[in-house]
Parts: sequence; C-alpha cells; structure tokens
Amino acid sequence: MTDIFRLLKGNPEDSDYEKKGVIVQGITGSYGSIHANNMLSYGTNIVAGVTPGKGGQTWNDFVPIYNTMQEAVDATGAKISIMFVPAKFFLAAAKDALNSGIKLLVAIPEHVPIRDTMETIELAKHRDAVVIGPNTPGIMIPDLIKIGIMPPMPFKAGKIAVLSKSGTLLYEISDELTSAGFGQSITIGIGGDPVNGTRLIDAFEMIKDIPDLEGLVIVGEIGGDSEEILAQRIMDSGFNKPTVAYIAGRAAPKEKRMGHAGAIVMGTYGSAESKISMFNKANIPVAKRPAEVPVLLAGKMEKSD
Amino acid sequence: MQLLEFQTKELFREYGINLLDSIASTNIEQGRKDAKKLGYPFVIKIQVPVGGRGKAGGIQMCHNDDEFELKYPQVMDLTIKGEKARAILLEKMADIKKELYLSLFLNRSKRCYTIIASAEGGVEIESVKNQIIKEVGLGEVSDELANEVAKEIGLEGNTAEQFADILKKLSKITIEKEAELAEINPLAIMNDGTVIALDGKFVTDDNSNFRHDELQKYQEKTEIEERAEKSGFSLVELDGNIAVVGNGAGLVMSTLDMLSDNGGKPACFLDVGGGATTESVYEALTLINKLNGVKGILVNLYGGIVKTTVVAKAFLLAYENNLIDIPVFCRLKGTESEKAKEMLQGSKTKIYGTVEDAINAAVMGIKK
Repeated sequence: MTDIFRLLKGNPEDSDYEKKGVIVQGITGSYGSIHANNMLSYGTNIVAGVTPGKGGQTWNDFVPIYNTMQEAVDATGAKISIMFVPAKFFLAAAKDALNSGIKLLVAIPEHVPIRDTMETIELAKHRDAVVIGPNTPGIMIPDLIKIGIMPPMPFKAGKIAVLSKSGTLLYEISDELTSAGFGQSITIGIGGDPVNGTRLIDAFEMIKDIPDLEGLVIVGEIGGDSEEILAQRIMDSGFNKPTVAYIAGRAAPKEKRMGHAGAIVMGTYGSAESKISMFNKANIPVAKRPAEVPVLLAGKMEKSD
Repeated sequence: MQLLEFQTKELFREYGINLLDSIASTNIEQGRKDAKKLGYPFVIKIQVPVGGRGKAGGIQMCHNDDEFELKYPQVMDLTIKGEKARAILLEKMADIKKELYLSLFLNRSKRCYTIIASAEGGVEIESVKNQIIKEVGLGEVSDELANEVAKEIGLEGNTAEQFADILKKLSKITIEKEAELAEINPLAIMNDGTVIALDGKFVTDDNSNFRHDELQKYQEKTEIEERAEKSGFSLVELDGNIAVVGNGAGLVMSTLDMLSDNGGKPACFLDVGGGATTESVYEALTLINKLNGVKGILVNLYGGIVKTTVVAKAFLLAYENNLIDIPVFCRLKGTESEKAKEMLQGSKTKIYGTVEDAINAAVMGIKK
C-alpha cells in the first residue's frame, strides 16, 4: 500500500522533508489561482503551475508556468499535483500528470464522467500512483500541508484521521472535533462521485498503521456500498482504534440524486439503513448529527482506556 | 438521466434487441390511432420513472374499444410513488413461456461493469433468486462470457444463442451511451422460442451528457430545475413546507436529516455549491419562491472562506425587492457573523449559532 505520509512529507533525510513540491494544473484559472494562493498561505510548497499556452510566464511573479506536466516535472522533480480544470478536460490533464511521473494526483473537478475516472484509475494502477477524487476537497495534514480547497479554520494538528465523501461535512465535523480538543493527523476527501480514485477502504489502508493514531472518523453518505465494505474491512482487520461514523442522507428520497453524483439510493443499494446497520455490526457508533461525532468518539475512547 | 421504458426501447430497437410491437402516446386521441395501428389485444403501460407499476394498476390488458376508452384515461390519471404519467405505451400482448432477468450495471466499488443474470426474472431485483454475477471490466462483454452466462442460468441451444446476443448488444449500448444501469426485466422466452425484452430500464451518467447530444431529447427538466442547473445548484423538490438551503451536498443532506428528525417537513434540497455569494444566495431564494407551499426557509451555510455578511446582503436584497416575505431561519458559520446579525436585525431573517437551534426555531415557527 502506498505510504501516503511519505508522499506528503518525504523522508527525514530528504532536503525537501516536509516541504514537498506541488504542481498546480490550471493555476491561471480563477478557481485554481485563488486556491493556489490559499495553499501557499497554508504553507504548501507550490513549485510550478501548468496551463497549456502560458508556458514561460510566471504566476504571482514567482511560480513558473509550464505548458505540459512533463516540463513541470522535469524542472521541479515534484511528485504531487493538484488539478483545477473543467471536467471536460479532466481525462487529458490526468493522463498528462500520470504519464509525467506524478505519484499523487488530487483531482478537484466536479462533474467528471465516470468513464473518464475509471480510465484514470486504470492508468494510475499501471503507474503506481494515487488518485484522490475527483470531486474531492483534497487531502491535508493539518498545520503542515494542504493539497485541496478546504478552509484552514476547522482543522488542527492532532491524532484523529478523518475520511469523508463530502467536503462541507468534512469541514463541519473537523470543526466539531477541533472544538472538542480532537486535532487531526490527516484528513482525506474521498469525493462525492460514484467512482473514486481512492475509495474509503483504500484511504483506510493508508491511515490504519499511523503509529500514534488515536481514533478514526468516517463521514459517509447515501449511495454505493463503500461504507459497508469499509465496515467489513475494519472488522476483518482487527483494527481497534476508537472509530465513529456519520452518514448523511437518511431523510433523502429514493432514486433521487442528492447533489453529489454518487449520492443516490437505487432500490436498497446505497441506503443509509444498510450502511448504519453494517457499522453497528462492526461496533462502530453512527452519529445522528455532526455535533454528536466528538461525543461518541470521547465515549469510545473512555471504553478503550 | 433515467429513461422511460419506451425511450429505453427506442435505444434497444436501434441496437437490434428483440421487442414486441409498441407505440407511445401522450393523449387519448393519439392513443386511439395507435390502438388501430397495433390491433387488439394489447397492454396499456404507464410511463413513469419508478418501478412497481403493475402493483399500482399502471399496466392493464386491453381487448377491445370499450376497454380502451375506460382504461386509457384511468392509467393516464395514476400517480405512482409521486410520479405522474409522462406517456402511455401500448404494447402487443406477450405469449410468455419463461421470464428471465438481465442487467449490466456500473459496480462502484469494483470500478467495472457487472452482469447480473437469472432464470427467475419478472420480480424486482431485490427478490430475483439465483443471481449469476460477473464482473466484466471496462470493455464490451465477449462472446465467450456471454455464452458462459447463458449456460450458467440454464439456457441451451437457440435460446442460449439469442440470450448471449442480447447480452452483447446490451453491453454495447451500456458502453456507448455511458450508462450506469441497463436492465431488462423481464427478458422473456416466448412460446415460439424467441427471446424478447418485455421491459427496459436505462440510467445514464449525467456528467457525460456533454458528449451525448443524441440523448438530450430524453432529458426531462422542470423550469426550476433548469434554472438551478444554470446557476450550478443542485435542487431536488420535496413535498414539505420548509425549504432547505446550504452549501455542499453533504451538509444539505445532513440538514435535511436533522430537520426530519425534529418533525419538520423539507420542501426541497438546494445545494448552492461549495462557495456562496450574494448573487447565488439571492438566486436560490428566487427559485424557492417559485416552489409551492413553502412557509419558511432553513439556511445552513458553512462558509469556510465566505464572509457571512456577503450572505446577509442577499437576504436584505430579497426583502427590499419583496422577493420573499416568509421567515428565514439561518445558521451561518464563517467570518463576520456578528456583523451579519446586526445587518439583519429587525428583518424576518433570524441568525442562530448552531444548526440545531435554527432547526428547532424553524419547526416551532412553521407549526404556528
């Protein structure tokens, strides 16, 4: 399994330890530009931007822009890229990144066709790379590196891992956790699409062996069966850190897409009841409201003491 | 988008999947002409984007003019699971020997297409017994696999050949139209030995619409949905009286859940997207104003980067322009919330510190 921390931080002997370079695909667009700025102020080391046709220019007077990912990777050696391009251009941009040696691709665009996501995943497998998203808020190690669009306020460094399909619920629940004194060791946005580059189980594999991990929060929602599969995996793996889940969409009508392309219950496939009952089976309490998450987590911690 | 049965059958016909003769109409005058063309006996089938039509009386046999005049309007007037008839399909009566089940769907966790087949079809998928499940990757179903599935559900000879042929065609449509689900239930073996798709369900990936102009004619959108889409919102109309607005699909779903837990009835799900601006919130209020029976608005915004005063401005503007005159219960998280509260002092918009407080106030306020 990919060591996500090694990708995000590097090894202590690296000259760029905890300052890993990040390339921004679509840095000159309004959205890409705003978030490149926000990432910079958070401390993320933005080393290059890519916008076809604007190679040779600089962004904000100091970040070089290249026409292709290959040029950007050759010039900087960066292994991480974050993508802000219209959904139509997602596949081309993803191929460009993965074929140029990018090992962690964070795909922000929403409305990417599923087929394009699946093709990207196939390619990432061959290239031994990780894709987060599409339709994700991104990934972050609070107070160290942010590769995404999340606002900084809700997050604080700590020892809880948060995995979430939703962006705003990730902020909301991290905010509740932080207020209750539970900082986060890492937060991973899975994305709200039907097919995800990194699934909940993949994200779980990435975080389960963090040495000083003290707890896990899973923020799921209706649609698909990735929560059920994760609950089964947690049971099978004997993972014993305090774990709490939240599932959005209990009151959603069937057969209707609730904002996220993936948030749809078809028959019983994807229903909140199915997910909640699997979490119950795995002895993972499911919060009824975001504010209940830290309360349940504290309860779990007391029991495990 | 989800196609209706007759639309799905148009696609099936295009790809050469065997069907019975059928004609769709939207009014009885046209229906009478179709009936003449088709000839009795036939089946009258309501066209709605939900299952359970038979149980609800939406599928009726029809043997003569008298029955037609009685049953066509009856079926047309039905509402099934909240869905009104979009059209009526008249289809020749089938002489069925056996009903099978066949579908291809996009397996989200396995990230590939998956075949489900069974020799015991004709019931809803949850009740289909002895399912054969095969993962097929991203490409089309091969001859070998199609034959194998036919054999595994116990088909032989010519029937097996026809089944395999239909499976391959179904796989071709699924890939070419970028479907999430293509289902034939029942797939019938007729007494004369032919294998025929008696029903069809087809759901495509909305995000691939931009490369499927040929499917646009099947797109069904209300005016409100169209405007919402133009603004980048997601809107689902519901049948309660409290409109629910927020930013981010997860957050709005969560708000809907909490409102329902507290006895409130949501009138809609409206996600204005990750960010929120004065303009987007104003447009959201404009759309809500067009929904029926809305007595209050519950707003839950987690504005990470958004200033809450920017949102407050939208409400002030909405009152100033007499766009809304119903109470708004609002939870705003983000910078400048004290100033936003001040701005809204004396208006019908109340700001609450937590979403729980906003929901309680909305449920109490609307009951009164």
